[in-house]
Amino acid sequence: MDIPYLTSLVIFLPTVGALLTLLLRRASAIRWTALATTTGTFALSIVLFLGYDPAVSTAGAPQLMDISAAWFPDAIDVKYFVGVDGLSILLILLTTLLGPIVVLSSWTYIDAKEKGYYALLLLLQTGITGVFASFDLILFYVFFELTLIPMYFIIGVWGGENRIYAAIKFVLYTLVGSLLMLVAILYLGYEAAAVDPGHVFTTDWYTLLEYNIPADTQTWLFALFALSFAIKVPLFPLHTWLPDAHVQAPTGGSVILAGVLLKMGTYGLVRFCLPLFPNAAQSWAFALAALAVVGIIYGALVARAQPDAKKLVAYSSVSHLGFVVLGIFAFTTEAMQGAVIQMVNHGISTGALFLLVGMLYERRHTRRMNDYGGLATSVPILSTLMVFSVLASAGLPGLNGFVGEFLILLGSFKSTVLDSVALVALATTGVILAAVYLLYMVYELFFGELTDPANANLADVNAREFVLMAPLVLLMLVMGFFPQPFLKQTAPATTFLLDTIEEKHAAVEAMEAPPTADDAAREALPVAPPEAAEVTLDPDDLRSFDPDR
Amino acid sequence: MELARAFSTMAADLPAIFSMIVVSVVGLVMLTVAAFRSDHPSIPWLGVAGMVVASAWELFQLGTEPGTAFFGAIRVGGYAAFINLLVLLAGIATTILSVPYLHRLKHDYGEVYALLMYATVGMILLGSSNSMVSIFVGLETMSVCLYVLAGLIREDEGAVEAALKYFLLGAFSTGFFLYGIALMYGATGTMYLPAMAQADLATAGGTLLFWAGVALFLIGFLFKVSAAPFHMWTPDVYQGSPTPLTGYMSTASKAAAFGSLILVLYYALPAERWTLVLAVVAVITMVVGNVMALSQANVKRMLAYSSIAHAGYILVALAAGTEAAFAGALFYLLVYTVMNIGAFGVMALLEWDGREGRVQTLDSLAGIGTDRPVLGVTMVVFMFSLTGFPPFGGFFGKYAVFAPAVDAGLTWLVLIGVLMSAVSGYYYLRVVYVFWMQDRDDVVDARQASLGGLPPVSRTSQGVLVVCAVGLVAMAFFSGGLIEAATGFFDASAMAAAGGGG
Repeated sequence: MDIPYLTSLVIFLPTVGALLTLLLRRASAIRWTALATTTGTFALSIVLFLGYDPAVSTAGAPQLMDISAAWFPDAIDVKYFVGVDGLSILLILLTTLLGPIVVLSSWTYIDAKEKGYYALLLLLQTGITGVFASFDLILFYVFFELTLIPMYFIIGVWGGENRIYAAIKFVLYTLVGSLLMLVAILYLGYEAAAVDPGHVFTTDWYTLLEYNIPADTQTWLFALFALSFAIKVPLFPLHTWLPDAHVQAPTGGSVILAGVLLKMGTYGLVRFCLPLFPNAAQSWAFALAALAVVGIIYGALVARAQPDAKKLVAYSSVSHLGFVVLGIFAFTTEAMQGAVIQMVNHGISTGALFLLVGMLYERRHTRRMNDYGGLATSVPILSTLMVFSVLASAGLPGLNGFVGEFLILLGSFKSTVLDSVALVALATTGVILAAVYLLYMVYELFFGELTDPANANLADVNAREFVLMAPLVLLMLVMGFFPQPFLKQTAPATTFLLDTIEEKHAAVEAMEAPPTADDAAREALPVAPPEAAEVTLDPDDLRSFDPDR
Repeated sequence: MELARAFSTMAADLPAIFSMIVVSVVGLVMLTVAAFRSDHPSIPWLGVAGMVVASAWELFQLGTEPGTAFFGAIRVGGYAAFINLLVLLAGIATTILSVPYLHRLKHDYGEVYALLMYATVGMILLGSSNSMVSIFVGLETMSVCLYVLAGLIREDEGAVEAALKYFLLGAFSTGFFLYGIALMYGATGTMYLPAMAQADLATAGGTLLFWAGVALFLIGFLFKVSAAPFHMWTPDVYQGSPTPLTGYMSTASKAAAFGSLILVLYYALPAERWTLVLAVVAVITMVVGNVMALSQANVKRMLAYSSIAHAGYILVALAAGTEAAFAGALFYLLVYTVMNIGAFGVMALLEWDGREGRVQTLDSLAGIGTDRPVLGVTMVVFMFSLTGFPPFGGFFGKYAVFAPAVDAGLTWLVLIGVLMSAVSGYYYLRVVYVFWMQDRDDVVDARQASLGGLPPVSRTSQGVLVVCAVGLVAMAFFSGGLIEAATGFFDASAMAAAGGGG
C-alpha cells in the first residue's frame, strides 16, 4: 500500500485525535475517540512496517522519509526530516502498539478530567513517535522535550499521593540534561559548518555523520549528549527520579514511561552518541558499561527489598536497562542487535507488569505485596498473565526477554572495546537476581495462604483487560520463539552503524596521530638534507647549563 | 541651515512619524473626552483604535526601504518599524487587558489610557532613534509616563512606594545616561549614531572620554532594561503597579530600549569592545533573576525576577554582537513580549480582593485551573514558553539568542544560560502545578470568605490571552521565517540606507 506522508501521518495522527477530544464533552465519547485514534495509528504503523524494506540500505537516507526545508531559513540547515530505518522501525511500532493498550488500561482507572488525560496521552504519543522518527537534531530535540509536558501533567494531575514532587523531579532532571544537549547540538552544528564548503549551520544527522570531529571536541560533546540520555535511561546514579515517577504515575503513565519513554535515552545513545562521537564513545565505553553493570546489580538488589509491587517493577527497569546500555557500549554486532531488540522486549514485558500491577491496584487500592497473597486461586487468569510476564521479564528461554539478554551478554563477552570478562560475568548475575526478585513478587502476590477475604472475592480480568493484555503476551511468545524476523529488521542498521563507527574512529585517529618517524623523514627530506638535521652538542654549552642559576 | 528649508524638510518628513502623530493626537482626544467624563467607556477603545491604525501603518512600513527623516534623527521602515509594531501591539493588548482590571479597582480614569498612549509615543521615538538626542527624548517621555502609571493605585502603600522608588532611581540613572551622552559627544563631536562610529577617537584623549561616556551611557540603558546589578527597582515596581501595566512596562519598554541599544552597539561602538562587559552583565543578570525568582511567594514578584532573567538571555545575544545575534535578540523580544504580557494578563484576571488588599500569592491560586480553564490553559502555555519548552515560541527565542552566541565563541556563556533556564523550570512549573495539580479545598473557603471572590470573567481579556497563547504555539511553524525576516533588517544595504543621514 502506498500512502503519501505515511511517517508524518503516524506521528501526527494522535495530535489530530487530541484536538478532536478537546471538542467533545462526554467522557465515553472522548475514550472512544482516543481508542479509535490510537488503533488507527497502529494500523498505519503496520503499513509503515510493511513498507520498510530491510534489504534497502539506509546508509544515505532513511526510508519512507518526509522532508521539508521550509521550516527554517535557507541559510540554516534545520529542517523537518523524518523517516524510518532499522533502528527506529520496531520502536515506532512498539509506541503505536502501546497506544491503544494504554487507552484501554485507563478506561475505568481515570475517572476525572478525562478530556485532559486522553488529549495529553495522544500528544505524548506524537512526541515519542517523533523522537524515534527524527533525523534532524533540532527536530529530535523538539520532540524529546515535547514528551515532557504531557508526562508532567499525567503524573502531576492523575498521579498518587506524592505526585507533584515526582512530576517536578521528573521534569527538572530531564530538563537539565536536555538543555545541555541543546548547547552541544548548537556547537556541533557550527563546528560542522566551519568545515562545510558552504558554511551552513546544519543539524542533519546524515550530514553530521560525514564530519569527523576532533577527538578532544568529541569528548565534551559526547559528555553532554550522554549525560542527557543517561538521565533519561536512567543510568545509575542518575536514576533516582524513576521510582518516584513510576510509583506516582497512573498505570497508563507508567506503561508509557517504562515502555517507550525510557527507550528515548538508549535510542539516543545508539543514534547520536555512538556514530557522531565514536572515539569519545569508545574511550568512555568501559566507564559507562561499568555504571550499567552497577545499575543492573543495584537495581536488582533494591527491587528485591521493595514492599511495594509497583516500586519493585520500577527498580527492575533500572536493572534491565542496564543490560541495554551494556550492549550498546560493547561495540559488537551481537550486543548492539541485542540492545535494540531488548529495548522492544523490555517495553513489552515491563509494560505488561505495570498493567497487571495496575489491575490489582484498581481492585484493592493497595500496592503493598503484604496485603495480597494466594491470589492464584481467586484470580487464575490474572495470575497466569502475571507469571507469563514475569518469566518473560526474567529472561526465560522461549520468551522474548531471553533473546535480547542472551545476545547482549554474548556480544559483550566478545567485545574488544570492553575487554573485560569479569564485568560481563558480573552483569550475568543480574539475570539470576532478576529471577529472584520477580519470583519473589509472584510468590508474595499469588501464592501462599489466601487469608484476606477481600482477596478471595477479587474479580478476575474482564474482557477489556484480557483484550489489552493479549497482544503483549502473544508478542512475548512470538518474539521468544521466532526472533529472526525482528532481528532481520534491525540488522542492516546496526551493521551500518558499527561500520560507520569503525570507519570514523580510524579516520579521526589518523587525522590526529602524531606523525610517525617515517612520515617525518619523508616530509623533512625535500626541505633539508639529513646533515642539517643533525645537532652537534658543544660540551661547553652543556656545562654552562646550571639548573640552580 | 536656512529656516525656510528646514521647515519644508520637516513638513515633508511628517509622514515618516505618522504613527507617533496618530497616537499623540488620539491621546489628546482621549484627554478631552476624559475632561467631561473621566470614566467614559469609549476612552480605552479610542486608544485601541488609534494604535490599530498606527500599527497598520507600521506593518506597511516593515516592507519598505529603510531610511531616515528629520535630518537623520529618526529612522523609518525595516528595523524601526519592527520595534514600533511590537510596542504598538503590546500597547493594544495592555489597553484591552486593563479595562476590566481598572474598572474593578475603580481606577478607570481616562487619563490612565492617555498616559499609556504617551508612553507608547515615547517608545516609538526611542525605537526609531538615530541620534542620541532622540534616544534621550524618547526614553524620558516613556519613563515619565511610566512613573505616573506605577503609582496609579494611590490607596496602596506598595504602589506609592513603587512609584517613588521608580522615579528616584530612574531620575538618578537618567543623570548617568545624560552625562554619558555628553562625554560621548565631547569625544566624537556628533550626536548621530552612524557618524559616531566614524569619529576619530585618537585625537585629544578622545578614547578615555569616549569609553567613560559609553560606560555611563550603558548604566543608564541597563537600568531601563532592568539588568543586574541595576535591577533593584524592578521587583517592587512590578509588584506595586497595576498588573496589566506591569506587563506593559516589562515588555514594551524593554523592547524599545533594547531596540535602541542594539542600534547603538551596531553603529556607534567600535566592534567587540563591549563583548566582555555585556557577557559579565548577562551572567549576573541571569543568575540573579533566576535564583531570586525561586523563592518568591508573590506571583508578580516572581514574574518581575523572571523578566530580569529574560533581559539576561537577550544580553547574551548582545554580547555575541554578530548580526545573527542581533536578529535573534529582536526575535526574542517579540516572543518575550507575547508571553510576558500574557502571563501578567492572566494574573490581572486572577487577583482577587482578599482581606489584605490585592492578593497575588501563588498559594491563593491553588486549583484555579478548574475554576477558570481558559486562564489556566493559557497560563500553562505562557509558563512553558517562558521556560523555553518546544514547541512554544520561547524555545525558538532561546534558540535564536543562544545559537549565534555559540557561533561567536561564547559557549561558556550559553552553558550558564541553559543551566539558568533549567533553574527557571522550577518556578515556572510551580505555577503550573499550583494552577492544575494542587487541591483547591484549602483556599476555596478563603476565596469565598473574601469580599469579592474571584474577579468575573472578561471575554475581551480572555480573547487577548488566547490570541497570545495561540501565537506562541503557531511560532513552532513560523519562527524560522520570523528569524529570517529579522536578519534581513541587518542587511548591509538596509543599514547603509538608514545610516546615511546626520
